[in-house]
Amino acid sequence: MSNSITFILSSLEDTVLFGHHIASQVIPGDIIFLNGDLGAGKTTLTQAIGYGLGVPKSCYITSPTFSLLHEYSGDLPLYHMDLYRLSGEEEVIELGFEEYLYGEGVCVIEWPDRLGDLIPANRLVINIETQGQSRVVTLTGHGSMQSRTHLFQP
Amino acid sequence: MIILGIESSCDETACAVMQDDTTLLSHVVDSQITIHRQYGGVVPEIASRRHIESIYPVVDAALKESSLSLADVDLLAVTAGPGLIGALLIGLNFTKAISLVKDIPFVGVDHMAGHLLSVFLGENKPEFPFVAIVASGGHSSLFYAKSYTEFELLGRTRDDAAGEAFDKVAKILGLPYPGGPEISLQAQNGDRDKIKFPRSWLEKGSFDFSFSGLKTSVANYVHKTEERTPEFLADVCASFQEAVVDVLSAKAVQAAQFKKCQQVVLAGGVAANPRLRDLLGKRCRSAGLNIAMPPLDYCTDNGAMICIAGYHQYRQNGPSSLDLDVYSRSPLIMQG
Repeated sequence: MSNSITFILSSLEDTVLFGHHIASQVIPGDIIFLNGDLGAGKTTLTQAIGYGLGVPKSCYITSPTFSLLHEYSGDLPLYHMDLYRLSGEEEVIELGFEEYLYGEGVCVIEWPDRLGDLIPANRLVINIETQGQSRVVTLTGHGSMQSRTHLFQP
Repeated sequence: MIILGIESSCDETACAVMQDDTTLLSHVVDSQITIHRQYGGVVPEIASRRHIESIYPVVDAALKESSLSLADVDLLAVTAGPGLIGALLIGLNFTKAISLVKDIPFVGVDHMAGHLLSVFLGENKPEFPFVAIVASGGHSSLFYAKSYTEFELLGRTRDDAAGEAFDKVAKILGLPYPGGPEISLQAQNGDRDKIKFPRSWLEKGSFDFSFSGLKTSVANYVHKTEERTPEFLADVCASFQEAVVDVLSAKAVQAAQFKKCQQVVLAGGVAANPRLRDLLGKRCRSAGLNIAMPPLDYCTDNGAMICIAGYHQYRQNGPSSLDLDVYSRSPLIMQG
């Protein structure tokens, strides 16, 4: 039995509502992988998750591409990583990012394949595919996240 | 006062020697662009290793070029942030070591302040107060500069930096890293009015920026068609570039009018973009504002801007202490 759920977000507003919904369902230590092409809406979704978690609106949730990791304080801490420019798990360890994976906050990770063997057993994988103005979203839970995947469907 | 300035926040190891904030005695930059190009962006680990290899030769070359030795140096200035932590640590610790061994005071300076003050390396020096737009790979911010050490944040990006948008659009188009010079080159042969990419003005009166939607819009446009002729590429580049520089320059002029000041300054890596220099210049002149920009060599990361920022910070606040640490995000853009 597959535990994947697929649905369509037909507008930017839908993406924002989906992000708020994710924020209402996460618990400390949750890890979310975010896959999607440039322009798929990874930044928009992460912003919505962050503001849904209570990050003040005056604090901008910006792209972590340049500095690799941004940390925000909401009701739960949010760690937003973009691992695109990392060469692999050794570099992840060297930067100390592994600690965040097992911290008390919520991790949103772009380009998670760079984690290699560090990929945590318990994770929610969100794939976003562009289809014109719409986005086809597939949620897949792994490990302990399998039984909670359905909770994240908006 | 002789100042030695060291910069290592990203993919350039740079050092300069200046006398006060007026006379540049030497300026050496070791760029890693060719190394990182094959990876499509700066790889932090590789950057750090390269900084370790090149910092000594770069500082040594800058001293030789100035015909001075460390014994002549009165102040060390170094970038403390924002940037890549591993890269910054090399510059800062190298500086601390010289400071301790040679008993020379040092100051850790903000990279953004350095960019903002790089305009004083040009012939056309602005007078305070001025409105400065600092746009680079990691930042797009508008400041109201009241003095060499007081900067009020007027606006900043809410998602991607301007330079980052150039890099990402270059990637969508299959152009090499860094995207800025490549897109600018392609754009020369394109029609900037061909495609109406959206301008993100945000709510009225806001001096913030947003370039993520523009990037998405370019991705949608490019993925809709199979066409990849040189003309197509040139038109997409020119139209995209226009959407970025239109918003950057319009907001800079609006900010100057809002603050009722006569002077606008453009700085940061994106300030090397010829279309931005041209359009902002035109708009400032027609609004009766003065515009000043750093010479092209000093738009990208360099040690001279760190000398200037360090000189003024030292005069204002004295030296930094040895327990100073590096930081990845600038306190200058975390206000509000």
